[in-house]
Amino acid sequence: MAEWLGLLPAFPLAGFLALVLTGGRLPRRIAGVIGVGSVALSFLLALIVASSYLTGAAEPVTVTLWTWMSAGAFAPGFSFYLDGLSVVMILIITGVGFLIHLYSTGFMADDPGFARFFSYMNLFVASMLILVLADNLVLLYLGWEGVGLCSYLLIGFWYDNPANGAAARKAFVVTRVGDTSMAIGLFLLFSELGTLDIQQVLSVAGAEWEIGSGVAVAAAALLLGGAVGKSAQLPLQTWLPDAMAGPTPISALIHAATMVTAGVYLIARTHVLFELAPSVQLLVAFVGLLTLLMAGFTALMQRDIKRILAYSTISQIGYMFLALGVGAWSAAIFHLMTHAFFKALLFLAAGTVILSLHHEHDIFRMGGMRKRLPLAFWSFVIGSAALTALPFTSGFYSKDEILLAALAQPDYGMLLWLGGVLGAFLTALYSFRLVFVAFFGPMHFIQEADDAHHGPVREITGIPMALPLVVLALLSLVGGFIPVPVDAVFASATEHAEAHPSVLLHGIMIAIPIIGVLISWLLYGERQGAASQRQRFATMPGAGFLQRLWVNGWYMDALYDALLVKPFVAIARLNRHDLVDQGVTFSSFLAQVGNRLLVLTQTGNLRWYGVSMVAGLVVVLAIGAWL
Amino acid sequence: MESIPYEHGLILAAMLFVCGLVGVLTRRNIVFVLLSLEIMLNACGLAFVVGSARWGDAEGQAMFVMILTLAAAEVAVGLGLIIQMYRRFQTVDISVLNEMKG
Repeated sequence: MAEWLGLLPAFPLAGFLALVLTGGRLPRRIAGVIGVGSVALSFLLALIVASSYLTGAAEPVTVTLWTWMSAGAFAPGFSFYLDGLSVVMILIITGVGFLIHLYSTGFMADDPGFARFFSYMNLFVASMLILVLADNLVLLYLGWEGVGLCSYLLIGFWYDNPANGAAARKAFVVTRVGDTSMAIGLFLLFSELGTLDIQQVLSVAGAEWEIGSGVAVAAAALLLGGAVGKSAQLPLQTWLPDAMAGPTPISALIHAATMVTAGVYLIARTHVLFELAPSVQLLVAFVGLLTLLMAGFTALMQRDIKRILAYSTISQIGYMFLALGVGAWSAAIFHLMTHAFFKALLFLAAGTVILSLHHEHDIFRMGGMRKRLPLAFWSFVIGSAALTALPFTSGFYSKDEILLAALAQPDYGMLLWLGGVLGAFLTALYSFRLVFVAFFGPMHFIQEADDAHHGPVREITGIPMALPLVVLALLSLVGGFIPVPVDAVFASATEHAEAHPSVLLHGIMIAIPIIGVLISWLLYGERQGAASQRQRFATMPGAGFLQRLWVNGWYMDALYDALLVKPFVAIARLNRHDLVDQGVTFSSFLAQVGNRLLVLTQTGNLRWYGVSMVAGLVVVLAIGAWL
Repeated sequence: MESIPYEHGLILAAMLFVCGLVGVLTRRNIVFVLLSLEIMLNACGLAFVVGSARWGDAEGQAMFVMILTLAAAEVAVGLGLIIQMYRRFQTVDISVLNEMKG
């Protein structure tokens, strides 16, 4: 079965080619069938491959399709590597990807760029599969850049609006910073180890490099740079909130469930390098911790439904980084999986809300939607419960594992644990703020929308859009019981001492999200006095400052703008007439001056020509006579 | 018979040539330009004849016969062009024909 691995990305790639080569001339129905069908086939194949892998020997398999390029000792193959980690990833990508494709047929039904949308989506799935199946880092980098490209194309999908183009460019440029760091990391690995085959890199590095040696630290730090860019972690997180300019299914697929977790996958895949560089690994943990707290605070103050979810995504990936940083590799992958379920659910439900309300994004202009949009309401409740890690939802199990692993960290365990718990509290606060504000309370904005659009706001459903919501809601509830078969992958990892937290700690971890939900209800719930409670917080000293700080995402955008963008633009403007060009420009200037001078002699006057000929003759004769 | 010194003949030829040249360069009427050109050709012919008399060689006189033919042909073509020019521009002033300036 494993020999069929090559077909896995081939299906969506074929779908992409079919859609792109017909250039949008296919009827919608056929374009939809190609777009969804190719991913569905891929998903079926992934199921077959996974079941045969898990029921079989569960030994890692390598399938080499062909040698990609060959230059001396450097000969990366187009080869795929299947182990527990890739099994989990391909199932998430094709499974969640299939559901989101299906949903998109409903969401994008009236869009003029229907076929273009599905072609990009298919290309994205193909690239992502190449990324997670790659046997060597060069092929991984191909997929890595491929998903970046698709992300760019899809953020700027509605290119009529210049703001969307700017958001797409920002995402592309910011992630490029990380990608450059990663490329340098690959060069370093190749020059030091002479190979980029992942398994060889890991075994050779593990055998040859000492723990904490300079080269190990450098390699791990450079790879971390790439992961930070792709996964929107501090300090390169600024692109993700703007990436919400794309269509909502894109936000669900690329900017929540799959692509942004590529950084987590990369670190997990090369975990040996990070174990060789404990300082960098600790840095991973603190990057995750800081990011999850900063994004959590920012999410508290946002009004745009998608931006709240975007900051929440940044925050949850922060949890994954925290897990990676404390060596809880499988917990990180577990959280990656459950997060893919509930965040895709939340984004798709947000898509239903946005579409039903005629593209309204502001949660304070919603309110009372639970009666009109029951499916979206229940999806949001389930998704938010999982996101908040309320007991017995999927998020509870994964976040629990991460927090326990953080606590077991020998040096900074307590600090990391406290930060994580505070983050969990914030998560509860902002996610249920969204639920209470948007779905409870007065309905007058909905009624306004009724009047404005001459008809009651109805939930836009239909099988293609409802089925993914239902399936993802189920997965968000019970996804915590899906075993993640990655233990073998991380078997070489040094096992941390199993933490045996006291009942008190466990109680705190269960209670904190519930307290968060209750406080959220006190402040935003449908009850008397909530507004006056909010008022009391708003008038506290420093509240205005904090509010401005968090609404603007800690002014990180403004900071980068002032530090990097503005100087760069200024230099570019200064050098508008490129200095290097001056040499070339001068020669053309010389030719033009010569032309202008010689044109003067061409008067068109016959006698003038005669005179010059005679004058020339006289001069020549005179010279002849003189000689 | 006292022969005319050949220098005199050459000086006469040079003077005729310069007369023609000045006419070509200064005249605006193209008919006169053509006439001046004829004078220049004849000046050349005179120089050839004088040369052939000086060295007793018939080639110079043969050359003059050729120049006569050439001049006749040139006048035929030139007058044809002048008629065309007059039809087209209603003038025989060559300073009007300056359309091909750079």
